[in-house]
Amino acid sequence: MNFFRLIFVCTVLGFNISSSYAELNIEIIGGAESALPVAIVPFASQGVPVDIRNIINADLERSGYFKMMAEQGMPSRPSTPAEVDFNSWKGVGQNYLTIGRVNNNGGQYSVEFQLLDVYKGEQLLGYQINSSAADLRKTAHTISDMIFEKLTGKKGVFSGRIAYITSNSLGNKKWTYQLQVADADGVNPQTIATSNEPIMSPSWSPDGRQMAYVSFERKRAAIYVQTLATGARTRVAEFAGINGAPAWSPDSTRLALTLSKDGSPDIYVLNLATRALTKITNSLAIDTEPTWSPDGNNIVFTSGRGGKPQLYMASSQGGNEQRITFTGDYNARASFSPDGKYLAMVHGNGNNYRIGVMDMASRAINVLTSGPTDESPSFAPNGTMILYASRKGGAGFLSAVSLDGKMQQKLVFNSGEVREPAWSPVP
Amino acid sequence: MKLNKTLIALLISTSLLTACSDDKKPISAADTVKTGVGSVNGASTNGLNNAGVMNAQGLAGMNGMGEGSGEYNDPNSPQAKVIYFMIDSSDVQPDFVPVVNAHAQYLVANPSIHIILEGNSDERGSREYNVALGEQRARSVANMMKAQGVSDSQLQTVSYGEEKPAAMGSDESAWEQNRRVEIVYVR
Repeated sequence: MNFFRLIFVCTVLGFNISSSYAELNIEIIGGAESALPVAIVPFASQGVPVDIRNIINADLERSGYFKMMAEQGMPSRPSTPAEVDFNSWKGVGQNYLTIGRVNNNGGQYSVEFQLLDVYKGEQLLGYQINSSAADLRKTAHTISDMIFEKLTGKKGVFSGRIAYITSNSLGNKKWTYQLQVADADGVNPQTIATSNEPIMSPSWSPDGRQMAYVSFERKRAAIYVQTLATGARTRVAEFAGINGAPAWSPDSTRLALTLSKDGSPDIYVLNLATRALTKITNSLAIDTEPTWSPDGNNIVFTSGRGGKPQLYMASSQGGNEQRITFTGDYNARASFSPDGKYLAMVHGNGNNYRIGVMDMASRAINVLTSGPTDESPSFAPNGTMILYASRKGGAGFLSAVSLDGKMQQKLVFNSGEVREPAWSPVP
Repeated sequence: MKLNKTLIALLISTSLLTACSDDKKPISAADTVKTGVGSVNGASTNGLNNAGVMNAQGLAGMNGMGEGSGEYNDPNSPQAKVIYFMIDSSDVQPDFVPVVNAHAQYLVANPSIHIILEGNSDERGSREYNVALGEQRARSVANMMKAQGVSDSQLQTVSYGEEKPAAMGSDESAWEQNRRVEIVYVR
């Protein structure tokens, strides 16, 4: 059992709200038993504002696929292939080695690295990436993605982003709510919406450029679509009653959402261009939390029509409604894996709410987490991990768990509630 | 993809970069420059800071709620402005019927006065489902009031689900205080 504790110091940009997300701790709990030993040698550099090596090291460490070598035990610090003595790295049990250099050309940086196979004595990857000072972190994450993909055959997700909601008490039963977007490692959080009334349910557009969310800023629920690059936004739904749970269709043209304008909460599909509404469900019970299958053909949603919340599936045109969860007394807030083979959900028994994953072929549910207040599962864009929210001692935090449940990590912000994580579908 | 057995070549040419990367996008400065969220930050000021003061009134706990004292007839009494609910239920419990009735009578007698019924839930389960649960509670109170002659136009409902807890903590006592409808008089 590995137990690492990495502390990142982040900067919060803008907004004078007494925001205190200055520090994020990531704890890694467990890891793959077959973790590959990898050493990342500190990059040769002078006057570079970002420690590229440490970012790559932390990324690969968090993935659970690798056992990263501590700097102290390294036999040497080569920065060019000619300086590498492979036998010495074999001697300290390493399978792979990454070396690199950063050249500063008057504020523009050129980052070069090589990934080496220690046993074969050969190069697996070698690249040069030009980067401004502001993009050095991003460049480091890009290198992590390249190394990850080379060694695992799966796309890396380190250069992606996550969105989440925070709330902080202002005292006297008042709160401030923020929608934030950060790098996938929780660094560089930026507030994209803030209000003293609740903000909920962030949903990325498939191209990662827009975000739909619910805001109560006008003292009633409304759904907004905001373009991240410009901050421009449109209020797309503000009907009487609930306007909730927006979910982008895979073709980006529509939002599935929950409205209660006709009485009980039902699932609708809103065409974003024409604003035409199609009613998908029509039960007297609560229907909410729609999510699209990646092929766009079906919508899975939570319904209380059977007494307790369970997951149901309907055609995205409406009709063909069928219940799909039968174990556990509470199954809600579903989220599809990018390949459509798995469905993550909040799986509750008694007062224990955990994250479960259903294999869509067998309909069997595998419970991945230990609860008791786990919620809002969101798949990584490569489908290997699920980000979710938990709460302990009144503090909300984010965690990630691998699809097999073996690797877990905890992202702890030093104060306030952090919840409703949503992993950007694209880097 | 064994590109170089002697480990000397650092591959810089764009064509080679493209060829060796399984990710179809060539890694270049342009890519790394444009994908940040840098400009996102300016966005949020628009229209988002006008959220005002809503819950200015203090909310008492459950003590004394069921006793049917004269305070229920006084909508200005903070004690009489919260209806509590059982788990997963939007039924108004018998103890709280007098509270709802007192407000209903006051509203019938004062047709120019408006209220907002704010539904809330405890923290258990999923957030949007809890919004729906909170709304059912608010509607349940609204329907009782309408049955007594309160006009539709005097009543507004909103549900905050678990987003505005009255009590912090993850125990039965906090959950009880959070499963509620708050009656807010609009001034």
